[in-house]
Amino acid sequence: MSVLLIAEHNNKEVKQFTFNAITAASQINDDLHVLVIGKNADPVAKSISEVPNVKKVIHVDNDIYENYIAENYTPVILKLSENYSHIICSANTFGKNLMPRIAALLDTSQVSDIIKVISEDTFLRPIYAGNAFATVKSTDKKKCITIRPTSFDAAPTSGGSAEIVKGENTDPSENTKFLKKEEIKSDRPELGTARIVISGGRGMQSGDNFKLITAIADKLNAAIGASRAAVDAGYITNEHQVGQTGKVVVPDLYIAVGISGAIQHLAGMKESKVIVAINKDGEAPIFSVADYGLEADLFDALPKFLEELNKLNTIQK
Amino acid sequence: MKILVAVKRVIDYNVQIRVKEDGSGVVTDNVKMSTNPPDDNAIEEAVKIKEAGKAKEIVAVTVGEEKAQETVRKALAVGADRGILVKASGTVEPLAVAKILQKIVEKEKPDLVFMGKQAIDDDCNQTGQMLAAILNWPQATFASKIEVKEKVLEVTREVDEGLETIEVSIPSIVTCDLRLNEPRYASLPNIMKAKKKPLEQIDASELGVDIKPRIEQIKVEEPPKRKAGIKVSSVEELVQKLKNEAKVI
Amino acid sequence: MSREVMEYDVVIIGGGPSGLSAAIKLKQLNAELNICILEKASEIGAHILSGNVFETRALDELLPKWRDLNSPIKTKVSKEKFLFLGKKKSFSWPTWLLPKVQQNHNNYIISLANLCRWLAEQAEGLGVEIFPGFPASEILYNDDGSVKGVATQDMGLDKNGEKKDSYEPGMELHAKVTIFAEGCRGHLGKELIKKFDLNKGKDPQQYGIGFKEIWEITEEQHQEGLVMHTAGWPLDNQTYGGSFMYHAENKQIFLGYVIGLDYKNPHLSPFDEFQRFKTHPSIKKYIENGKRISFGARALIEGGIQSLPRMYMPGALLVGCDAGTLNMPKIKGSHTAMKSGMIAAETIFEHLNQQKDLAIYEEKFNKSWVYEELYAARNVKPSFSWGLLLGIIFTGLDQIIFRGKLPFTLRHKHADHETLKDAKDMPKIDYPKPDNKITFDKTSSVYLTGTNHAENQPVHLRLKDPNLPINYTLKKYDEPAQKYCPVGVYEVQIVNGSSKFVINSQNCIHCKTCDIKEPSQNITWVTPEGGGGPKYGNM
Repeated sequence: MSVLLIAEHNNKEVKQFTFNAITAASQINDDLHVLVIGKNADPVAKSISEVPNVKKVIHVDNDIYENYIAENYTPVILKLSENYSHIICSANTFGKNLMPRIAALLDTSQVSDIIKVISEDTFLRPIYAGNAFATVKSTDKKKCITIRPTSFDAAPTSGGSAEIVKGENTDPSENTKFLKKEEIKSDRPELGTARIVISGGRGMQSGDNFKLITAIADKLNAAIGASRAAVDAGYITNEHQVGQTGKVVVPDLYIAVGISGAIQHLAGMKESKVIVAINKDGEAPIFSVADYGLEADLFDALPKFLEELNKLNTIQK
Repeated sequence: MKILVAVKRVIDYNVQIRVKEDGSGVVTDNVKMSTNPPDDNAIEEAVKIKEAGKAKEIVAVTVGEEKAQETVRKALAVGADRGILVKASGTVEPLAVAKILQKIVEKEKPDLVFMGKQAIDDDCNQTGQMLAAILNWPQATFASKIEVKEKVLEVTREVDEGLETIEVSIPSIVTCDLRLNEPRYASLPNIMKAKKKPLEQIDASELGVDIKPRIEQIKVEEPPKRKAGIKVSSVEELVQKLKNEAKVI
Repeated sequence: MSREVMEYDVVIIGGGPSGLSAAIKLKQLNAELNICILEKASEIGAHILSGNVFETRALDELLPKWRDLNSPIKTKVSKEKFLFLGKKKSFSWPTWLLPKVQQNHNNYIISLANLCRWLAEQAEGLGVEIFPGFPASEILYNDDGSVKGVATQDMGLDKNGEKKDSYEPGMELHAKVTIFAEGCRGHLGKELIKKFDLNKGKDPQQYGIGFKEIWEITEEQHQEGLVMHTAGWPLDNQTYGGSFMYHAENKQIFLGYVIGLDYKNPHLSPFDEFQRFKTHPSIKKYIENGKRISFGARALIEGGIQSLPRMYMPGALLVGCDAGTLNMPKIKGSHTAMKSGMIAAETIFEHLNQQKDLAIYEEKFNKSWVYEELYAARNVKPSFSWGLLLGIIFTGLDQIIFRGKLPFTLRHKHADHETLKDAKDMPKIDYPKPDNKITFDKTSSVYLTGTNHAENQPVHLRLKDPNLPINYTLKKYDEPAQKYCPVGVYEVQIVNGSSKFVINSQNCIHCKTCDIKEPSQNITWVTPEGGGGPKYGNM
């Protein structure tokens, strides 16, 4: 049977994580259909139809789907679910909110937040905040899966031409109303969700020196983190703390500057996709987890780093 | 108004998790256990609503082994009025917990059910939404602000893009984010008093729901250790590698 | 906000072996008594750290049916070894030539933390109320100066001592008699000893710092029931200390090291001595294919009978290592601590029933086997002030030939904070870098303790003079807190060219070494907010 992926979008554009989820879903079964529920979301359906991995797009369009409300999405998906072996979406706040509602009504025990597809019923998922990995096998007939987007590459976005079929809407819920959305205006992304994090440690030597980090963070649109040592020393406030007792972050790129790599800190960032360490002490433990290590005085390296970034024509944000 | 708060007993967040050598799970013997952190926020919010005169009774419920009653006692010590322990051993998946809670809801008839957004052991993030689904109630997940209005709740949710505000009618389910409030301490006098509050014990088997696991846990292992990468000799080389090799900037 | 008050017959401070035994014994003597135990750890056992080879003598008296009560006392000692370590070689001392007190064939390898959890269950079964997570922070006195009880720590104070929104005042617990069972260097016990002059005429108390790691090792290297001790390398002849390795169940070994805190070289780092010790070929072979799963450290009492303070005062008793009942040559304190708690219980029972003075505690104690043991052991530790070799020769004579009955008592001359020599006069020690396989740094070790203290609370490591560390201790002793603290709470940082003394109190594992060893007694350990500190499992 085919698999059905629920797309996340804002009626104009597909949210990036949907492409990651497409990769995972097509690993389960390559007969992948994507469901777009929205209001005037034709551009979304069209973009998804261009993804080569996608075999069919089902587009349900109605004014009631202007905003994403799980109670309104669920009946649409349930109606379609008969034809699918797997219902899938990404494990961000969108998918986390939606999928259990579907699973419960299908009497399925959901598999959350998978990081690897082992077979069509067996998956790898982190538990205990990534401190252990569990291999789990779903014995339910129909499977409901959410996917950790950062564990799968984004699918290519062009070259395909899947057919787009219209689907039917269902009655809206009377009990849930959307009131408003405030996109956080801060130019700086949140530490927990940023694609790039740059963190400073004790080696920064003062709070004032964090401006070297801020400059690079501005350039890369990165969030700013810190080690406990830097927080304890008063260089920066504790909401920036990364580590076992601070935030756990899993960005695409983590840059550790002047951080020796105490194990508490490593626990908070070691799942990052690419880790860069800049440290004077060539034997600092941080180098043992870094993909790219630069043994250098940060006060020389950081200004140079910014200079090099400025030379680049384009920077991914 | 009556609020039911579901709490879970989990390994304390300060304890370093250790995977059992035979891959059957993680070590839990003689390990410090605590209330799942966002469940503390759920209790706190319920108590705040009661203190504001908008709720009359708070019932704390948990599903688990005998010792899970410590978690209910703690909820009683910070302001819940009554407790329920639904005794069940082994793994009880979120779907099964939701079915158990459905029975408790039918019996207790609360107006609101609060719980943490996610348990820090299995990291499933499912129970609240599942309970809402099978009760056909509205759900407000990841709540960072709750306002109780006439017959409705206005809930601000922490979503990836920022904050979203929705209105759900009562009865409804709310799952709580850590940012919702700062949970109070269980003071010693209140812990003493909590020992005298009623705590009902129910055997899960009496509720007539199927709680058999549907997901087979094949093995649990330590996350792979990261391998050391390479040392670069200059900032120029670093930036080139990030751009052209790792493709992250 | 005024504090709430609760009245009990007996309030016990500390849920270790002595406090729990006192509670159980009291309930056995009179089930009607209202008894409560306050414990600063987040649960019973979470701050307990001990070897532990357990002698069941006290437990046999307290709960004779312990074998039928699912107690966590399972692994009987089956084999013993004693090694003298040279730098590369080792020399095995025949077991039959060991003093009788160091023979363990009737004893068990246990986790004291688990024993305490089990004792707590027994106590609760008898109706004792136990409140973990509530440190007693203050002693309350009656108008006549007698001890009235204790108050628990206020919660929800910020780092400046101001009340946060979450502020909860502490609670007063009043008792007819209060038992202080805080363990080694209890901070209230310390206050009582001073206030009631309990150590008048006694020798200065002696301490050690003990480390313990739990390792999971390969089947080939594991011999359940094996007890091994070592002396010698890496310590020099002048430094008192040694190691233990106990092979417990589940392929685990308890590996530890104890160093007398009367060491003289301020450059010495007990933590690094322990790490270095593990690289000795006779030790390394056990652990090189194993995995370290726990780490912890705690000060212990070594002074024995010469330093044992008077243990009674109006309204209160000191028990266990809050007074100092550990038997050093036996390397055991659990059975003596338990017995002292049981004697305290008998004393209180007679005090409440027959209005007998609490002073009968001392008579009872002196007639007990604990006193007999401690008396016979009294000369061993002080003889090591002559160095390891003379100490061993003397101990052989004293313990094997004379069985502790020599007609004189050696004295402890100095308190541990007085023994450091000037940094410039002592050799620096170059410790090898950790290999992260068998040796580790302090940070990765503290991580295993699970210790944490809520942020934004008053620092619980208080300096009498905040400038002393930099102005005096750094110059004279190279600020030894950097070295003796086993988890790196104390650091001297160079900020803009000048030195700054930093206290990372969040890392504190409540071992109390700083309170003991600081040369000017400038650091005072006080209770942090409840539930803080390590979260030891089966230590």
